[in-house]
Amino acid sequence: MTPKIEDVPQSAAVPTDREMVRIEHVSKRFSLRHDRSLKELVFSALKRKKLADTFMALDDVDLTVRAGETVGLIGFNGSGKSTLLKTVSGVLFPDSGRVMLRGRVAGLIEVGAGFHPDLSGRENVFLNGAILGMSRAQLEERFDDIVAFSEIEEFIDTEVKYYSSGMFLRLAFSVAVHTDPDIFLVDEILSVGDEPFQKKCLERIRELQAAGRTMIVVSHELEMLERLCTRIVVLRKGRTVFDGDPAEAVAALRAS
Amino acid sequence: MRRVPTAAEQAEGWRAPGQDAGWLNPFLERFLLNLLVRKELRVRYRGSVLGMVWSYVKPAVQFLVFYLAMGVFLELNKGTPAYAVYLFSGIVVVNLFGEVFGNATRSITGNSALVSKIYMPSQLFPWASMLVALVHFLPQLLVLVVGALLNGWLPSPTAAVAFVLGMVILLVFTMGLGMLTAALNAAFRDVENFVDLIVMVATWLSPVLYRIDMVQRSIDGTIWWWLYQLNPLTIVVELFHVAFWRYSSPVVDEIASGVPGSETLAQPGEPFGLWWAGMLIAVAVFALGHRGLRALQAALRPGTVRGGPR
Repeated sequence: MTPKIEDVPQSAAVPTDREMVRIEHVSKRFSLRHDRSLKELVFSALKRKKLADTFMALDDVDLTVRAGETVGLIGFNGSGKSTLLKTVSGVLFPDSGRVMLRGRVAGLIEVGAGFHPDLSGRENVFLNGAILGMSRAQLEERFDDIVAFSEIEEFIDTEVKYYSSGMFLRLAFSVAVHTDPDIFLVDEILSVGDEPFQKKCLERIRELQAAGRTMIVVSHELEMLERLCTRIVVLRKGRTVFDGDPAEAVAALRAS
Repeated sequence: MRRVPTAAEQAEGWRAPGQDAGWLNPFLERFLLNLLVRKELRVRYRGSVLGMVWSYVKPAVQFLVFYLAMGVFLELNKGTPAYAVYLFSGIVVVNLFGEVFGNATRSITGNSALVSKIYMPSQLFPWASMLVALVHFLPQLLVLVVGALLNGWLPSPTAAVAFVLGMVILLVFTMGLGMLTAALNAAFRDVENFVDLIVMVATWLSPVLYRIDMVQRSIDGTIWWWLYQLNPLTIVVELFHVAFWRYSSPVVDEIASGVPGSETLAQPGEPFGLWWAGMLIAVAVFALGHRGLRALQAALRPGTVRGGPR
């Protein structure tokens, strides 16, 4: 669901000069097929046939993000936005170039990744929180806040497989926004839940901005990004084609 | 490959994503590891009535079958005093080996939902599998100790040293193998079938069911005898025999009685045999497995845009 544009708060981000993320000449090539058996490998080696077609998901991308900035990544499907985010989170390693970070990074790459259906909500909060880098003390301290934010108190000891998709997303988002990292990666997750919850999420994002957190946000909600971000980068076929003012970036993407 | 920041850049606080403490990770991330182990145990026994009891049932059945087939029908218990203890101390070793190796191999592919979306030190998954296997190992060890006590065994410093050496060699060696196969399995699913095969063979190619002097009699002086002896599992199984069987009263009495054939109950190199060779091999395999896991990081993280994890 798309958040209503009037609900989206104006950016509270205060950019500074301290560099937090440096992406230098990063390229990443994907092969189109990943499932192969040993038999296929042997045969293709014998026949000297190429195993799989490849394509460039990222092609010599340069990007620097400074503390306090909220940088939006926009582009059409397959332009490399999520891949770029994953090289920053450490899930993917670039084939060439390098990525450097300062401070702790937490990614909301996919809401609910790391949730296990057979565990209760409570167990999942702890597991997912720990995966996102929280310590036991932090989790115990913030547990009540996390549950309160998700508004699913009465179901917290139910196994997650019985949750509705809305409840699931609420809890997952709630864990993620309470991790309090220095660099926050957000991938297409601001459209979860119903309208009141979305509003709450956007408020939370604004709070994080005001607290000086650095954010990189991927989304197709162009109006929303235009309001939230201090800067927007447009990607096309793995290359950066625009980097600068949000309004101009959105216009640049629409013009292409 | 990854390029980590230079020393000067690191001094300014820069680091590469996914740059972590390497093999120390499992010790630094104890909290996360603990949660992963609990998750494994919860998930494994979901909807199961007997739950943890299964970790008693399986080795018990295994023991009975082997005891009947090897001990009674093939009459191995005639020449071997306290054969039941001899057999079970070997069975717990190969069971632990099989479970750590098998679980670790599947640990990364089994958690592909996590691996492909959130950064986590990859070693944690094989380590969690090992800890789960140890949880299952404890009740078996308890049964072994009780069985050994009933058969005239008493705890001794020698037994304790042999047990600790055996455990360390076994775990370090198996974790090394497991990390390597876990990484390879992410690229080729053939690996997990291959691992099952090795685990099956392991029971028969280490002195679990029969005595090592029988092997020596048939292949002594050949390279195979050396390879057999250098098999880390052989070394560990022998250490467990020293820990729980060799110094129990039936075995000691039999050797003291001087009955022909009883001298074969004692091993050359007693009490700890080739433990140093086992330790060397284990550490080398662990280092190799650790390097392999690092080198295969790219393969561990399946493509995201097309294909993706199944």
